[in-house]
Amino acid sequence: METVLTRAGIWLVILILAIAGMALAADGPFAVHMGIVGIAALIALWATVTRADYSAQANAILRAPADQSRYDDDPIRWGVIATVFWGMAGFAAGLLIALQLAWPILNLEPWANFGRLRPLHTSAVIFAFGGNALIASSFYIVQRTCRARLAFPALARFVFWGYQLFIVLAATGYLMGVTQGKEYAEPEWYTDWWLTVVWVSYLIVFVGTIVKRSEPHIYVANWFFLAFILTVAMLHVVNNLDMPVSITGSRSYPLFAGVQGALVQWWYGHNAVGFFLTAGFLAMMYYFVPKQAERPIYSYRLSIIHFWSLIFLYIWAGPHHLHYTALPDWAQTLGMVFSVMLWMPSWGGMINGLMTLNGAWDKVRTDPIIRMMVMSLAFYGMSTFEGPMMSIKSVNSLSHYTDWTIGHVHSGALGWNGMITFAAIYFLTPRLWNRERLYSLRMVNWHFWLATAGIVFYAASMWVSGVTQGLMWRQYGADGYLVNSFAETVAALHPMFILRAFGGLLYLAGAVIMVVNVWATIAGRLRTEKPMHDAAYDAQADRPAIAPRPVLAPAN
Amino acid sequence: MSMTEKHKKLEKNVTLLAVAAFAAVTVGGLVEIAPLFWIDNTIEKVDGMRPYTPLEQAGRDIYVREGCYVCHSQMIRPFRDEVERYGHYSLAAESMYDHPFQWGSKRTGPDLARVGGRYSDEWHVQHLENPQSVVPESVMPQYGFLAESPLKVQDMAANLTALSRVGVPYTDAQIAHADADMKVQANPDADTGGLTERYGEQVNLRDFDGKPAKLTEMDALVAYLQVLGTMVDVNAAAAQEDLATEKGR
Repeated sequence: METVLTRAGIWLVILILAIAGMALAADGPFAVHMGIVGIAALIALWATVTRADYSAQANAILRAPADQSRYDDDPIRWGVIATVFWGMAGFAAGLLIALQLAWPILNLEPWANFGRLRPLHTSAVIFAFGGNALIASSFYIVQRTCRARLAFPALARFVFWGYQLFIVLAATGYLMGVTQGKEYAEPEWYTDWWLTVVWVSYLIVFVGTIVKRSEPHIYVANWFFLAFILTVAMLHVVNNLDMPVSITGSRSYPLFAGVQGALVQWWYGHNAVGFFLTAGFLAMMYYFVPKQAERPIYSYRLSIIHFWSLIFLYIWAGPHHLHYTALPDWAQTLGMVFSVMLWMPSWGGMINGLMTLNGAWDKVRTDPIIRMMVMSLAFYGMSTFEGPMMSIKSVNSLSHYTDWTIGHVHSGALGWNGMITFAAIYFLTPRLWNRERLYSLRMVNWHFWLATAGIVFYAASMWVSGVTQGLMWRQYGADGYLVNSFAETVAALHPMFILRAFGGLLYLAGAVIMVVNVWATIAGRLRTEKPMHDAAYDAQADRPAIAPRPVLAPAN
Repeated sequence: MSMTEKHKKLEKNVTLLAVAAFAAVTVGGLVEIAPLFWIDNTIEKVDGMRPYTPLEQAGRDIYVREGCYVCHSQMIRPFRDEVERYGHYSLAAESMYDHPFQWGSKRTGPDLARVGGRYSDEWHVQHLENPQSVVPESVMPQYGFLAESPLKVQDMAANLTALSRVGVPYTDAQIAHADADMKVQANPDADTGGLTERYGEQVNLRDFDGKPAKLTEMDALVAYLQVLGTMVDVNAAAAQEDLATEKGR
């Protein structure tokens, strides 16, 4: 009873603060955001009060708590749905802004201008789609690899819903022009503080579950998750040190300015890639690839070497975003050298993943989920080669400020992060909803080919666009004058922008097929189709270690 | 004891693992970022740099709000083509009062680090209202609403106070007169003596948006664009000599 009262009290206090914030708001967007917080608090308050099992609490001493013999999978089921939902939102936003660049008439001022929608797209795909995939899969993996139920189940639920509130605040903020003006760190000060609370709770649930593990060793996937959660916390806090103009207003000014601000931002920005999109997703890879391939990880020794070298080297690479700027040369050079060195530990992860398929390579032909994982690792390998190459100063002098960077990011994001996430969703959905198999494995195959073709159109058009742009900017005529005006370089890219949008359309179409497939699987339907290979699953074995084994009735 | 044997200690203790991982990820940031707070060429002051006037800062806030930085850089690299296209390469000191920095990472549109004074106010207004009317190839969105929106800043003094707390050297007088200064700068009929005394004779004093009777967001944004890159005389000989002798480059 006390817990219900305490929780209801906390939500009530947040509700009152939100109403006060709304009434005293210094600007419109802040009032809207406090309204959203208020609605969220009201929903949480309502859920706390109405869903409390009062009779169970009255009998708590006599009654056993929830089924301890199963893993705590509710927040993971929500997470899978949220991942699919935000993925669609993020891909659709991406397609829209790609079309805006091809046909600027599609901008609708002020709310849906490119400048406001672009952060909406990047945050939706990185933090909403990627973030939900990471939180859900980390909760799934940490339970299985520790053979323990989630520690602090209520806090785990708070992490999920709190993270969704962060996403809604960030996304609505972008449309209203609430931004700090730092890439991938756009949300304003109060949204940042909220995320900090959610993130620390996430760390507590994750570490707490490891602490109560039944396995002596901490599995390699959890090393990567742990490094990801810790480092993102550090990066987020330092890069978002701000001075709010007013505690009832949405605007703040960052603590760091100019060159210091730039390096702190790209130390954050590059390691958002390094730890959010690489370490976190490598953790997913280290669990789902061996499970789907039904083979152990190729090399334990390699995983140790590449884990420590990856996390140590990655953090140095930020200055390669600032080549030839006012940042001192030595810092640029350090950034370049470490970025090139980073190539090896990055490939360590790819090799460990791909070689896990030793002896199971035939599954690339027969198992569409394995096929997705292999393509994902291939794109991981390609982007982590391209990245170090682009961080070499002479290459960067051409590629920087151009679409080449955009192409590079998308081969990593669509290829590596997208594909491994889709594979994880296809792995998780039948298991989480207790279905015999996915609605359709053949539709996974369709998704695979649409996504792959989409990435090819995207990356190829952006390579051409980027190199064209870079060369046209620096082209000199025989008379010693610049040949092209800036406007001419923009006009030259128009066909490439259309091709890029077409690639995005294919990728989105693949994701639509995934939505249908996941939906039908959850609904319990099975498509009649020629069977394909899938990994075996024993629901009886998928239990925490503390649970007594289910007693099977002896056969007569 | 082999490496894998030693590593088992870390693998069996989540505290040790977390501490070791955290130690590994802090080194790079410390080595690269910390020196920027004391080496010469990242903290040097150059002649002419001053904090933005309240109107310019309000315009900068609009620049940030609209996400201009996602398509426009403000950082000219020291290459022949960039210097010829955009002007002298950017100095660290020129963004020392920029909270946040707006160097950008992508040039879907041209660099704006030295756009100040290159075009007329009328050009900027027309370009922002309908970019394709002056640059047919442009893919820039339209920003006509800025000319219709009155400049609403609840308390400009609070904005300047927050900026001074993070290190921008606004004086008490500048903060006290922030709201008045913001209105005066775009009003050709007002007494501008106080403003020029506080921010210098170089400040652009005029109606920026072609609507003298109204103070709009367009006024603020154009005032900001017109001051970009104009504060420092980068070709002065003294600046070059300083560059040759400073430590930390």
